[in-house]
Amino acid sequence: MGKQLRTELMTINMGPQHPSTHGVIRFIIKTDGEVIHECQPDVGYLHRSIEKISEKVNWQGFVPFTDRVDYLASMNANWAYCFAVERMLGTEVPRRAEFLRVMVGELNRISSHLIAIGATAMDLGGFTPFIQLLREREYINDLLEMACGARLTYNYISIGGVNYDVPRNWTEKVGEFLEHFELAMEQMNRLISYNRIFINRMANLAVIPREMAIQYNLVGPNLRGSGVKFDLRRDHPYSVYPELDFEVPVGVGIEGQVGDCYDRYHVRMMEIRESINILRQCIKMMPPGEIQGKVKNVIKPPEGTIHVRTETPRGDTGYLIQSDGKTSAYRLKIRTGSFTAMSVIPAVAPGLFIADLIALIGSLDVVAPELDR
Amino acid sequence: MLIQTMTSLGIPELIAQLIYALLVAFLCVNFIAVYAGVISVVERRVAAKMQSRVGPNRVGPQGSLQWLADGIKLILKEDLIPDGADHFLFKLAPFLMAMGVAGTFAVIPWGPANSAASDMNVGILYLISITSLVVIASLMAGWASNNKWSLIGGMRSAAMIVSYEIPVALGLLPAILIAGSLNMGDLVSAQGWAPWDWIAFNNPFALLGFLLFVTGSVAESNRTPFDLTEAESELVAGYATEYSGFRFAVYTLAEFANTWVVGAVCAAVFLGAGQLPPLLEGSIPLSVAVFVGKTMFMVFVLMWFRWTLPRFRIDQMMEFSWKYMLPLSLVAFLGQAVYFLWTWESEVARIMVSHLMVLVFLGLFFYFLSRTMVNFKHQAVAVNSYKTEIDYLERMGILKPVEAVVVAEEEEGKE
Repeated sequence: MGKQLRTELMTINMGPQHPSTHGVIRFIIKTDGEVIHECQPDVGYLHRSIEKISEKVNWQGFVPFTDRVDYLASMNANWAYCFAVERMLGTEVPRRAEFLRVMVGELNRISSHLIAIGATAMDLGGFTPFIQLLREREYINDLLEMACGARLTYNYISIGGVNYDVPRNWTEKVGEFLEHFELAMEQMNRLISYNRIFINRMANLAVIPREMAIQYNLVGPNLRGSGVKFDLRRDHPYSVYPELDFEVPVGVGIEGQVGDCYDRYHVRMMEIRESINILRQCIKMMPPGEIQGKVKNVIKPPEGTIHVRTETPRGDTGYLIQSDGKTSAYRLKIRTGSFTAMSVIPAVAPGLFIADLIALIGSLDVVAPELDR
Repeated sequence: MLIQTMTSLGIPELIAQLIYALLVAFLCVNFIAVYAGVISVVERRVAAKMQSRVGPNRVGPQGSLQWLADGIKLILKEDLIPDGADHFLFKLAPFLMAMGVAGTFAVIPWGPANSAASDMNVGILYLISITSLVVIASLMAGWASNNKWSLIGGMRSAAMIVSYEIPVALGLLPAILIAGSLNMGDLVSAQGWAPWDWIAFNNPFALLGFLLFVTGSVAESNRTPFDLTEAESELVAGYATEYSGFRFAVYTLAEFANTWVVGAVCAAVFLGAGQLPPLLEGSIPLSVAVFVGKTMFMVFVLMWFRWTLPRFRIDQMMEFSWKYMLPLSLVAFLGQAVYFLWTWESEVARIMVSHLMVLVFLGLFFYFLSRTMVNFKHQAVAVNSYKTEIDYLERMGILKPVEAVVVAEEEEGKE
């Protein structure tokens, strides 16, 4: 009757208060030593019932709440909602307002990607890139503050246009910033993107192949990182994007396989470059004129349902709105990129090290408020 | 000398030695505490500089007393031992950790050749073995904390220190071959004041040994890129997760004191310690100053690593040690031996090689500087275009409310 030796998996609770889970995300992981066998995400720690709130406040009153859906890119969230309501109303947005929307949207995309890249670097132990990128983000915040007076939750884009016109010389300031910023990004590439340790950590890690990315409904940079050339700005164009000339960067397996963590990182880096491109074009094309279309004070969209998709930094943000012709929405559903990105983690996590899981979360750019809403 | 004075006063030798030992230990431990405090502030300031931040600058002039505030805060905290922890081991671990670091100060010289507290004939061997105590301490802390993150941290620490101990020890071997002794004093006196008389630049193999020693020491002192044991983003704080208050302070102390150990051993064994040119020979303060300068340079290099590089993964780190560093350290050792045979009779060849080494190293250094100047230039551009916050706000038009009001009035008048 010898004592039987056996081994068992260790269950570790990671989060909701863990330094690297970007807000309050929780994972229950089963590990064999450091190798993950099973990883179960547990969402809902930052749920604020934003969708339910939309049924109580009026149509314009909901715009500030969309800021809180994704506080790293609230311009884009404003935009998506306003775009959906404008579609229901059939409002025409003035051309200058459209260009302003594109400009603030792209600036916010850059700042959101800066956080994504910096947080990835910080999760891998490089603290300096994160702080350096935050410094660049401050400059963008200054620019957006000039436009709307806020630095994080902007409430700038309104139904029918934008709330305020930008100060004089604003476009020149943006141009000045871009010149500085391009150099800063080169410096950042030298600091972290081409760093051998960083590449070795990220390349060939947590590969999400093309088919899998489509199956799991990944969107935005995560989808493009897997080699799918799909961007709503180009494939379902809205606003003035058809007039602008830009590339859609996709992952090509630059340091390893297509769809690995480095590809997702690299796609974000390239998207920043494309956003700079778009901003330069906007500065040249910016027309004068009105900034607010004709919208009544009390909005009552006709009865019906509408689904509108826009490309935000974390991918395809969809607003499904059902109206019963009253002063607030009958039902509103927000579809966000982080939620689907989270769902792919259990599928790719087995076999990774604990440290790799951190890199994977960073490269998927999961943001807690957008995840739970 | 102190012992002799005491015995001449009629104190038995055993007691005299005990008094001497206690005195030296007291001085060393106090030095560690003060050094660790000061260097923690210095490191935070250096890191801030690298990250375009200001860093702690509120307590004392330029934040120089921040460490006192931090220390007092930590000591005043409640002594917390988690439920289910092994009380005895949990309390013991920090002291073992501090012992492992403090013990090394017995053989570390302070400048001149025979300035170490103990003139041990196996000084280097003692140094290598006493630093291994840290493994037991971190494993103990990880196990006793009753926390899975701590356990993983402790395991990582053990795996890492055990595998990096070997390249570190082998990296020191070329130096030992050159000096022909394990004694710290002999190692120091085998070198001269000029760079070409330092062991690091004696020949390519010694330089290889030096580089391996530095890399391995970074790993042993748990600093980025090898800070896996306390990887903040992965393991919260590794084996120190459950520690707080004074016990945590001891860990921090040991970690910062370790930077001095690494720097001082580099300076003493490879970089000519406190050796002075013939004209200035015999001046002890100058010698100490030179030694401390070299040590602080090495400490700065460690900080530089820490705030520039990301972190390895555990398997990559082990691979790096066993697949690359171990064979390279054997190459350094054997190469040094063969080089000795080759240049046994020709003093001229040895001198030529060491001078050439210094030249090549200087060339590489200036090449590196020229490469990094691009960054400085861009930094200057960035600073010029956004000089201060106020200047920047003015340039961005945020700080001009008066003009804006005037424009608004004009527009109203037009309407």
